[in-house]
Amino acid sequence: MSEHIVSKTIYFLIFGALMVLTVLTYWVALYDFGALNVVIALAVAVTKALLVVLFFMHVRYSTRLTKIVVISGFFWLALLIVLTLSDYFTRPGTSGVGGVPASRSTR
Amino acid sequence: MIDAASMGGDLPVVPPKDNYINRAYSIKSWLLTKDHKRIAILYLITITFFFFLGGAFAVMIRLELLTPASDLVQPETYNKFFTMHGVVMIFLFLIPSVPATLGNFLVPLMIGAKDLAFPKINLLSWYILVIGGIFILYAVVAGGVDTGWTFYTPYSSTYSNTYVMAAAIGVFITGFSSILTGLNFIVTIHTMRAPGMTWYRLPLFIWSHYATSLIMVLGTPVVAVTILLVGLERVFRVGIFDPAIGGDPILFQHLFWFYSHPAVYIMLLPGMGVISELITAFSRKNMFGYKFVAYASLGIAIYGFLVWGHHMFTSGQSIYGSLVFSFLTYFVAIPSAIKVFNWTATLYRGSISYDTPMLYALGFIGFFLIGGTTGLFLAAIGLDIHVHDTYFVVAHFHYIMVGGTVMAYLGGLHYWWPKLTGRMYPEGWARLSALIIFVGFNLTFFPQFVVGYMGMPRRYAAYPDDPVWQMLNVLSTAGASILGAGYLLPMVYLPWSMRYGKYAPSNPWGATGLEWQTTSPPPTENFEETPVVTWEPYEYRPREEKVVVNKILPTD
Ligand SMILES: [Cu+2]
Repeated sequence: MSEHIVSKTIYFLIFGALMVLTVLTYWVALYDFGALNVVIALAVAVTKALLVVLFFMHVRYSTRLTKIVVISGFFWLALLIVLTLSDYFTRPGTSGVGGVPASRSTR
Repeated sequence: MIDAASMGGDLPVVPPKDNYINRAYSIKSWLLTKDHKRIAILYLITITFFFFLGGAFAVMIRLELLTPASDLVQPETYNKFFTMHGVVMIFLFLIPSVPATLGNFLVPLMIGAKDLAFPKINLLSWYILVIGGIFILYAVVAGGVDTGWTFYTPYSSTYSNTYVMAAAIGVFITGFSSILTGLNFIVTIHTMRAPGMTWYRLPLFIWSHYATSLIMVLGTPVVAVTILLVGLERVFRVGIFDPAIGGDPILFQHLFWFYSHPAVYIMLLPGMGVISELITAFSRKNMFGYKFVAYASLGIAIYGFLVWGHHMFTSGQSIYGSLVFSFLTYFVAIPSAIKVFNWTATLYRGSISYDTPMLYALGFIGFFLIGGTTGLFLAAIGLDIHVHDTYFVVAHFHYIMVGGTVMAYLGGLHYWWPKLTGRMYPEGWARLSALIIFVGFNLTFFPQFVVGYMGMPRRYAAYPDDPVWQMLNVLSTAGASILGAGYLLPMVYLPWSMRYGKYAPSNPWGATGLEWQTTSPPPTENFEETPVVTWEPYEYRPREEKVVVNKILPTD
């Protein structure tokens, strides 16, 4: 398989972006956005993960087969989470948000 | 009727001078081998040992249930027996059974390759299985485990005072063995097919192993992590599954069954691949609807990940969640039914011969039909609440795993025995043992459907002193002793045949498939020269209808 050479500039740019996003993670944690807390935290985390997978792990420059493998890995994780939530979101005794049992959600 | 002698033509069959067995004899040459065929033999010996270990626990279970009272062993001991029966049989026999032995041996041969893509990783996966097996053996010898093979929390993570950690670490380790095997098969099937071996020319055995490998790679990591979490909770009291420290026990069941329902297909799909080979070879016909059968394997592998909640209808899952999973579960019957219909359609007007492998294949279809349709009973929530955790469930999954997987495994072992060893097994003895197994199996497990429907719960050493219940249990125990005799027979005549059996020709069954075009047993390199495939799969046709150059035509 042909190796794609990624320039150092790209690596440093991505590294910089990851650092900025890490600071952002910390900064948003200082404020209370209510229901958006989880959404914002996850959005930042997903962006960081995407940058690592696409650039540091070279998936952006890989063959279609590699991309299918990566996508199916995440797809299977999504199956696990979504179908499990079909139980948690509808189970009596859970708060309905994030599937945390009611007894714990106030802790 | 295919006669072994006629296939070699007029010449007497002489064994190949140089083959993978006689290339070297030292113990080191076996333990450090990179040859997929020798590794398959190592697996064969290993899992045979575990099969009889797991079988010994089954004997103890059946003996205890001969009488209603818990009088042979203490209930605590009985709990350990059924746990260790399940753990050993599932993780150390059924999961590796067909793929690690027959699959390991045949995947490269069937696609015309010299070996698997990663021979050293293949050897590593055997060592990993052995190491995991040693941990489980330690748990067995040190005093046993009593959680059930499912390791349900919080009992496993908090309350059980048995060797849970040793067994759990063993299961965790064996998982990596099947991940590596799956990875090896996927890469091999993608990259190492012989010239002309297109995807639609692959034997269905390969399609089903490809599908199985997908489950191994995508599902096994989840159970590994789940068991790790049980360990974290048990040792460090991190609250994940135990409600007393803030966890949720049903989360464990979600994670566990996300793997363990598809794991049923890890056990079953390779067996289905074997059956496709046997049905075509012994009815001398092309597979009816080849592509449907091929895609049904993939369909089962992928769709099988969407149905796990049917194990949790009575354990606290929300009713809505149960409805979703019940609905989804019905559909998984479709690809399985496609296979059964296509196997039977292949038999139609075929020229069928009843050699031993075919007896196993026909038995498989019947057992799988019963096991599969009773699975639909269990997918119906209302009915499942009645039969959940009863012997009805036990009978159902034994029809799938023993009646399905073990039948396919034994059928395949007999069918490819000439290729594995270069010798024919004794046909008369083999047919006798196949019949004994058929009778013994039904007698063991059919009464369990009845007694389960009447309400007898599983996993108890005692049951109410009811004459009907006891009669059904006595029938089951009697059947188990017949079944045991059926399994012991091949343990005698198969090793016997390695020394005294007739020499096998290259293609004793007159079957298509590249594995029959090399010598029996094959040389270490599998083929003298790389084969070029110019024909479609399963071209069992009379000579006058189709002539293909370079094709070994079936004679009869
Ligand atoms: Cu299931």
